[in-house]
Amino acid sequence: MDIFLQQVFNGLTLGSIYALVALGYTMVYGILGLINFAHGEVVMIGALTALAAANALLALGLPVPLVLLLALLAAALVCMALGFTIERVAYRPLRNAPRLAPLITAIGVSIVLQQLAMLIWGRRYHSVPQLLPSGSHTIFGAQVTEVQMIIMATAALTMLALTQLVNRTRLGRAMRATSESPSIAALMGVDANRIIALTFVIGSGLAALAGVMVSANYGITHYHMGFLLGLKAFTAAVLGGIGNLAGAMVGGVLLGVIEALGAGYIGDLTGGVFGSNYQDVFAFFVLIVVLIFRPSGLMGEKVSERA
Amino acid sequence: MAHSESTGAPLLAVMDLRVNYGGIEAVKGVSFAVEEGEMVCLIGANGAGKTSTLKALARMLPAGGEIHYAGRRIEAAPPHALIGMGLALVPEGRGVFARLSVAENLAMGAYHRRDGEIAADLERVHELLPRLRERARQLAGTLSGGEQQMLAIGRALMGRPRLLLLDEPSMGLAPLMVQKVFEVIRTVAAQGVTILLVEQNARLALDVCNRGYVMESGRITLADTAASLAADPRVRAAYLGE
Repeated sequence: MDIFLQQVFNGLTLGSIYALVALGYTMVYGILGLINFAHGEVVMIGALTALAAANALLALGLPVPLVLLLALLAAALVCMALGFTIERVAYRPLRNAPRLAPLITAIGVSIVLQQLAMLIWGRRYHSVPQLLPSGSHTIFGAQVTEVQMIIMATAALTMLALTQLVNRTRLGRAMRATSESPSIAALMGVDANRIIALTFVIGSGLAALAGVMVSANYGITHYHMGFLLGLKAFTAAVLGGIGNLAGAMVGGVLLGVIEALGAGYIGDLTGGVFGSNYQDVFAFFVLIVVLIFRPSGLMGEKVSERA
Repeated sequence: MAHSESTGAPLLAVMDLRVNYGGIEAVKGVSFAVEEGEMVCLIGANGAGKTSTLKALARMLPAGGEIHYAGRRIEAAPPHALIGMGLALVPEGRGVFARLSVAENLAMGAYHRRDGEIAADLERVHELLPRLRERARQLAGTLSGGEQQMLAIGRALMGRPRLLLLDEPSMGLAPLMVQKVFEVIRTVAAQGVTILLVEQNARLALDVCNRGYVMESGRITLADTAASLAADPRVRAAYLGE
């Protein structure tokens, strides 16, 4: 089995998930200049909500595809409502506050969500029922599961749809105009509050989808999963150039591949001193390298002065 | 585009407008009016409070006092509601969306509209400003300063304004381009749009306008017809370089 290709496919799967989460960070940053550190927790809430919905629906004896669809829908609705509420309650009152205030608030929101999830779902790991087909195929000598294929295809389609929304629709135009200048966009009749709320809602919908994908990929989920995933997706957004949609997609996929290849080869490279349990190191190594050599990211235009 | 107010009240009436920024009173209680169909200018030196006045009218800055527009009080209206009432501002520094194409900038101008005449208005704007048609697909940030000014005016026209506020449209432009911009402004006014123009180039402003106000350190110090102001020795000495 070709380990290189195998790790590339694993990385692409992981990377598609990072990309979906990174889009949420980058969209909010692009419009508000705010790093929404609570975004990773929204992914976690999405995963756990989908799990709870799936278990309840399976108990009713509904067919599996319908369960999957309804669980995804439930997660999306809960996350969108959550994203809307977070913006309204935690960030909007701080719109004109010094830039550190919303940043610290974001960390606070993330702790609140994590603890809330712990109270609801407990501290244990939950195994996720197999709702997606469990087969796998050999492509160029690498084993690719059907779950991985579905994740990659769904992520690709979702990103295509988002790109069309942002670049081709009246709403997308207003979002881009608002991210450039909310006060000038207001002169054209754009209600910036509405656009900002919608941005949070869309980003949270993507987070819900990503949450379902992560739990489908690993078959396991718990209340603490959002923290590391959120940090990595944030790294992906910075790698691509925060504020840039295409950058978040490229950064996410790239980070996933770097991480998978790193995990695949670290044992060989260090003569067995470090194993693939050091996988998480790569994301932050990439973050440090990007911040030193190209702080504006791969596709970013310039370094913003905002925090 | 012109409407006539049955009440006979001016289209825009400003009473005791005050603007504060961080402890400094930039506008210290100014009152003025603009009648429907008029072309009025606010002239004065840099820092006299002209731009702050326009920004307060467009609700981009919080202000004290009263702003009556088309029979309504708008000093508490949200800024995004103004264009729907026909009040448009072409901001200082033009404010085009640099990362949007020229066509998208024009489409943003009609963002609030749901009627079926947007395409016809786009055609009219393209006739008035043919350069924008040629550059439709280009990003606005790549245009020259003059083209950006034309785009900013075209974008405001796409909103079908009844009152157009223009903030320093000549700023930073070469003399030939300034002439072109003012020709466009004159054409827009001739089509019935009421115009309130803020200009440092007093000669140009008094040349195209019916009436003018002179602002000095946050107050209106002179108000008259454009012709009388242009003939006033104080204006000639201070603003016309004589």
